[in-house]
Amino acid sequence: MQTIERIVREHPFFQGLDEASSTLIAGCARNAVFHVGEHLFREGEPADLFFLLRHGKVALEFNAPGREPLTFATLQEGEVLGAAWLFPPYRWSYDARAVELTRAVALDGKCLREKAERDHDFGYELMKRFVPVFARRLQQTRLQLLDVYGRPRTGGGRP
Amino acid sequence: MSIRSSLLPRTFRVVERHEETADTATLVLEAEDGAPLEFAPGQFNMLYAFGRGEAPISLSGDPASPQRLLHTIRAAGPVTEALAGLRPGEHLALRGPYGSRWPVEESEGKDVLVIAGGLGLAPLRPVIYRLLAARERYGRIVVLYGARGPDGLLYRAELESWRSRLDLEVEVTVDHANGAWHGDVGVVPSLIPRARFSPADAVAMVCGPEVMMRFTVAALLERGLAPEQIHLSLERNMRCGVAQCGHCQLGPFLVCRDGPVLPYTRLGELLTIHEL
Amino acid sequence: MDAVSEPARGESFVLEPRALQALLDAIVAEGYQIRGPLVRDHAVCLDEVTRVEQLPVGWTDEQEGGHYRLTRRGGSALFGCGVGQDSWKRLLHRPLALLWSAERDDGGLALSEPHEEPARFAFFGVRPCDLAAINIQDGILAAGRYPDPFYRARRQGLLTVVANCTSAGGTCFCASMGTGPRAESGFDLALTELWPDTANHALLVETGSDAGTRLLAAVPRRPAGDPERREADEATRRAVEQMGRRLDTSDIHGMLMGNLEHPRWAEVARRCLACGNCTLVCPTCFCTNFEDGGDLELRHAERTRRWDSCFTLGFTRLHGGPVRRKIRSRYRQWMTHKLATWFDQFGTSGCVGCGRCITWCPVGIDLTEESAAIRASDGRSGR
Repeated sequence: MQTIERIVREHPFFQGLDEASSTLIAGCARNAVFHVGEHLFREGEPADLFFLLRHGKVALEFNAPGREPLTFATLQEGEVLGAAWLFPPYRWSYDARAVELTRAVALDGKCLREKAERDHDFGYELMKRFVPVFARRLQQTRLQLLDVYGRPRTGGGRP
Repeated sequence: MSIRSSLLPRTFRVVERHEETADTATLVLEAEDGAPLEFAPGQFNMLYAFGRGEAPISLSGDPASPQRLLHTIRAAGPVTEALAGLRPGEHLALRGPYGSRWPVEESEGKDVLVIAGGLGLAPLRPVIYRLLAARERYGRIVVLYGARGPDGLLYRAELESWRSRLDLEVEVTVDHANGAWHGDVGVVPSLIPRARFSPADAVAMVCGPEVMMRFTVAALLERGLAPEQIHLSLERNMRCGVAQCGHCQLGPFLVCRDGPVLPYTRLGELLTIHEL
Repeated sequence: MDAVSEPARGESFVLEPRALQALLDAIVAEGYQIRGPLVRDHAVCLDEVTRVEQLPVGWTDEQEGGHYRLTRRGGSALFGCGVGQDSWKRLLHRPLALLWSAERDDGGLALSEPHEEPARFAFFGVRPCDLAAINIQDGILAAGRYPDPFYRARRQGLLTVVANCTSAGGTCFCASMGTGPRAESGFDLALTELWPDTANHALLVETGSDAGTRLLAAVPRRPAGDPERREADEATRRAVEQMGRRLDTSDIHGMLMGNLEHPRWAEVARRCLACGNCTLVCPTCFCTNFEDGGDLELRHAERTRRWDSCFTLGFTRLHGGPVRRKIRSRYRQWMTHKLATWFDQFGTSGCVGCGRCITWCPVGIDLTEESAAIRASDGRSGR
């Protein structure tokens, strides 16, 4: 059976992480399984965790009264889910729901936060991994906002 | 005048019409004179709607059936509205095929990535037909396709049948979805990091809105493809199709003649120069 | 003075000015419709010429940025005017052409092309820059996979009689573009006017084709001698010296394409009206657009082709609107196309140095000046 430390180190998000940091992270990690339809977390709940997805698919959603849930992204194997644990107020700002049987490593954000506060080198290593993910997702969100496939709203016709 | 003008189209009859999305239809056309129109994947025809004018439309059918032409048309202006609204039995005129082709034969022995956004699947579908017709000559074949929402996807039944094949990886994503959609949500470039192919030995053929293509190229480069492994299909205001009207220029290129398919190496930074 | 033997191709001869009428008559006798320069509406236009007196004899022109005036200089010079706003393009690549018409009935759609006998033109008094322009348009409209039959029909039967330039206009720069002031080849006959306003007034005629040579058979002439040849060389040299403009063409492709974001484009856009005059008077600008129309019963439709200009907003229309929204982009497109990307697309420069775009620009924008300004502050790294 794989040790949780090995799973963490082999996940693309933590690829190339040094052994000391892997040990620190593994100390805050546990395996988690979510069945179809099960929520990993819901908007407004305390955000104490984040997830390394190993298998399955998770939909990130907004819910509004009188509307079907609006999915703004799906995440899969190899991706990381959740950043709200990093900064106050440590609450989720959307729902995450398993749309397939999902296996993940759940990491205790509070535990990691404390370790990062004590060891800024470790904290910086964490940031270097999270920030590019944020940047990429922000860029993808911009692309979604652009609505590139839609009919442009500006004037001018076409044949 | 005795010489037949290259600008004079031939007449075709609509034999079938398939509704793809709310504003897009695929017409199946047969020549009135019965002569086939041989074409290569990536090429386009100029379609004429009676009294309204012409529009450049990609050939989206199987190049192995040149007597049965498929054109997927989005009603976006007076000409395309008239074309997309034609019913079986009605007529149009067309001339072509024009333009460059996707490097399908040149990609034999390699992994092939077919990456499309929105209507961009239309000019790439002939590539998929060609690849599948000689499946054993290619490595992995990956089709990545995105649209605004599930109702913007073209060729849904065909996508399903491709998806069920074991020798083809098909990933479909949409920008926006609600509960009825069980597939991926996200932009096309987000599919690239997890697609299964060998970056050192792959060819990518990309067609979609230019912004989508720019970010797709960035994701492909990040994944390790070299610029010369990437090919794009461009859209400009093609009016004559024969490099004589000047409308479709993009810097050194006349897109109707040198394109629409161009290797990314030749496009270089032209795509990021505003209003070129 | 009378013909003593059959003229041979490649030979040159001397004609007295009055012998020119015999040449015009010979051209007409061969079945050509002659088009040549004549004064109309205070400008030199190109239209039917059958008599020597119709040429702009005794006229000259002043040309500057945004300025054109015909003035009487008197005297006997036949070719004392430079090019006007008109160009041979209008006759070969027509401003408006019916491409085909369509008839629709219950049975279907039938398309037919108009029947027309192509005119057999003789262009008389073609300036070397304009001869170069015809060659450039040949490469676009008569060559390639899809030659334009309308252009080719007119071009195939064309006879060209060049008038080499012995003086230069205020906005000319053919010497920079290598197209003039003397045509080296590509003509049927080439005339060089010698010693106008003197008793020795004569025309040196060079033959460039069998068709041209044949025409001379009926024209009183004598073999050219050294004095005439020397004077023709001398006149060419004087024209080069007089040339009103100059364009530095060294590495012009790299220079312009490396400066697509140069501030000068925005600066010239503040003056440019995007009127498109430069593209209409340019003898190489070839862009066209298509127009469709039909009857109200929707049974008959026509498709026509009309000159277009890259300065119009609709020129680059895509689904979201035009690609080149700003005048800056449209001027940049026009100039970089003319001087740089034309090489990529057609293997030649798109500019022959005739100076029309400078003269006929209502605000006097001068592409030689714009090009020099960009070169003077070349923004490419390492410069």
